Amino acid sequence: MDQKELRELEAQCIQECPPTCTAACPVHVDVKAMLREVERGDFTAALKIYRKSVPFPRIISRLCDQPCHDVCLRADVGDAIAIRELERACVEFGSESSEKSRPIPKRKGHVAIVGGGISGITAAYELARKGYAVTIYETGSALGGSLWQIDKDLLPAWVIERDLEVMNTLGIDIRLNTPVSDIHELRRENEAVYLAVGAQLEESFDLERGEHGFITVDPVTFETSAAGIFAGGGMRWGKEMHSSITSISEGRRAAISIDRHLQHVSLTASRDNEGAYKSCLYTKLDGIEPLPMVAERDGWRYDQDDAMQEAKRCLQCECMECVKACEYLKHYERYPRRYVREIYNNLSIVKGTRYANTFINSCSMCGLCAEICPEDLDMGEINLAARREMVKQKRMPASAFDFALRDMAFSNSDQFAFNRNRPGAATSDYVFFPGCQLCASSPQHVESAYGYLNARMEGSNVGLMLGCCGAPAHWAGEEALFNQTIQRWQDDLHAMGDPTVILPCSSCYQIFKSAMPEVKIVSLWELYEQHGLPEYTQPVTRTVAIHDPCTARHERPVQDSVRHLAEQLGCTVEELPFSREKTVCCSYGGHMWLANPQVAEKTVRRRIDEHPADYLTYCAMCRDFFAKQGKRAVHILDLIYGEPTEDRAARHSPGWSQRHENRAQLKRKLLTSIWGETMDGTQAHESIRVIVSDEVRAVLEKRLILTEDIQRVIEYAERTKRRLRNPMSGRFLAYFKPTTVTYWVEYQPQDDGYVIFNAYSHRMEVPGSGES
Amino acid sequence: MTDVEIPSTSPWMCGNCDLPLQVGQVDVGYMGNAFPVKLWKCPKCGLIFVPEDLALGKMLDVEKQLEDK
Repeated sequence: MDQKELRELEAQCIQECPPTCTAACPVHVDVKAMLREVERGDFTAALKIYRKSVPFPRIISRLCDQPCHDVCLRADVGDAIAIRELERACVEFGSESSEKSRPIPKRKGHVAIVGGGISGITAAYELARKGYAVTIYETGSALGGSLWQIDKDLLPAWVIERDLEVMNTLGIDIRLNTPVSDIHELRRENEAVYLAVGAQLEESFDLERGEHGFITVDPVTFETSAAGIFAGGGMRWGKEMHSSITSISEGRRAAISIDRHLQHVSLTASRDNEGAYKSCLYTKLDGIEPLPMVAERDGWRYDQDDAMQEAKRCLQCECMECVKACEYLKHYERYPRRYVREIYNNLSIVKGTRYANTFINSCSMCGLCAEICPEDLDMGEINLAARREMVKQKRMPASAFDFALRDMAFSNSDQFAFNRNRPGAATSDYVFFPGCQLCASSPQHVESAYGYLNARMEGSNVGLMLGCCGAPAHWAGEEALFNQTIQRWQDDLHAMGDPTVILPCSSCYQIFKSAMPEVKIVSLWELYEQHGLPEYTQPVTRTVAIHDPCTARHERPVQDSVRHLAEQLGCTVEELPFSREKTVCCSYGGHMWLANPQVAEKTVRRRIDEHPADYLTYCAMCRDFFAKQGKRAVHILDLIYGEPTEDRAARHSPGWSQRHENRAQLKRKLLTSIWGETMDGTQAHESIRVIVSDEVRAVLEKRLILTEDIQRVIEYAERTKRRLRNPMSGRFLAYFKPTTVTYWVEYQPQDDGYVIFNAYSHRMEVPGSGES
Repeated sequence: MTDVEIPSTSPWMCGNCDLPLQVGQVDVGYMGNAFPVKLWKCPKCGLIFVPEDLALGKMLDVEKQLEDK
């Protein structure tokens, strides 16, 4: 990820975009922050926020035409927030913070302001605060211009006087009763001039005018046809419109231009969104209780309690859609814009701790955030790219995905992987690729499904291919291993005559679809629908809630097939709140369960709490992950091939050792029963018989220690006699490092086997842990 | 790693040399970093004893810290 990509990704997350009210405000009052303070009853803090954008708060809180109000999203769920009335409450109930008048360092440059109305005095205020020498020329006898013509009930004289006091504190040369006759002469005496004489059209000042008679100014810089002469406020729009807040905005923006003009820098660079603009923030209003505006007392004022109540109605607009939907994004308590920056920083660290490693590795990469995001930002893709980068930089923590990659290595070793054409056939028209975890979870169903395919797909040769598609390497960011795996499947398929691959697993389906687009694939579920269910299938009458695997998110036909099959099997199918395109990961995806068990548990628990019915799914891992948390769940094959007498939804999730065993046995069984072959050669440790209680088995499962790891330790210890002995109990404790992890096993021989009491492991290397 | 605490007694003997274990210095390492640690070990063949608490506690912490460096 380079800086440019970072910025593009950051920009895609709109969470930090100002809300509609702030964007529509020509001076961008931070309404959300201000209303948060009002809600808390801290009117002084609220006033401070208001004053940051509005130099004359008493006047504006009475006059503002509040464009914010017109775009307030509360209007769709009740009434728009009475923002101006709340601003007035801030002025009434907040105390003016005694701003220490710091001496302003003087800057070179004289500026003449023509017109002492609200726009002119704003420009004067801003420029004087920057240290420029400012002179205001006002024809009338007081500053304020058209403010004095406003109804006194709405804007009493004392309010104007009180707010304009600040103009006497900034060292501005205020010349009242001083008309200006020659603007160009004034320009020669000053480095810049701001013309803000209000809605009068008769005077052209020898400047270019547009078709309606208004002086032409650049809409961004407010510069007129004469360099160094700027114009804004009412004289740009005439008497038809009066907007004090726009006058302030234009005065301020002209002041920015004049400052730049005096510093001889670009007037136009980086001036996006200075005035009112359309907000890009998305805020979902679903489920928000409609609330009417708090009524104002005696006409148009709030007391403090009313104001606090009214401010409480503010929706505090924000997006956070992905964060609301994803336990992972929620867990880290920020949002993608911040996350992207943290990932970038993490990848850029040369020396020091990479705090975001676990964050990057915890994402299920399920794609839900991209589905939900109004800008389609996909944190999964970003995390995948980051993982690949970490692998390339050799910065991927060795322990992060090691267990899953070893499981994949097992699947693609001779212990499980093999390809065969149907007996007697030289090539295959189709090949059944059941993947790794379905075989690990329900080997008997795989056998049944292969039998079904051979029986139903008459005239077609259906071969078999066992192995792991490579998804674990893909998720881990291990591109080289992944590409090597894909190459293997491509070569094997070619050798079998380029058959169409039949896939039950939606993760395999996605891998084949994206990494081997030339390979023809079909979902097993579509074939069941097309060829009909097996005759011996026993229908079950029950209500199930369907869970689509996250890797089937965009596979409508597959989703539909499973629903149709379930109905044919006698089920009433209910939809979960997040289903199909918006389905949620079970926490297996992206190795979330391995990288961050805490987030994984939150993820799976949230999913299973969505519906009380038994879940029906078509991914072996989704089913097993639900089952492991105690949720009743069936795989579609459990419905097709399960025994009618068994409680199919109560099936336990096999442990990791059992998953290895199931795969190895499936291969042996199929090779023998279908091809009449036997597997030869067993490794020394395989003959070690271990006796493990359920209690110890649970510990091993949690610590990801497999039976074969234990067998290896005992085989080594018994052969070399390198083991510790407890003379009191007669137990042994031995350690051995088969590859990267050192395993410790406490055991005792019993009959022809070994009782296991405990096992633990570490990656740190210690002396005496192996044969070398 | 140098500040790890090990139990003051060990129930284990070396099953190979049939000798009681003694506390001694052992070099443990990870990702190219080596740490001298006091552990129970066989005075003759050097077979060591890493208690479960150490493996799943301090050792794991240090492994994670080094992996994130």
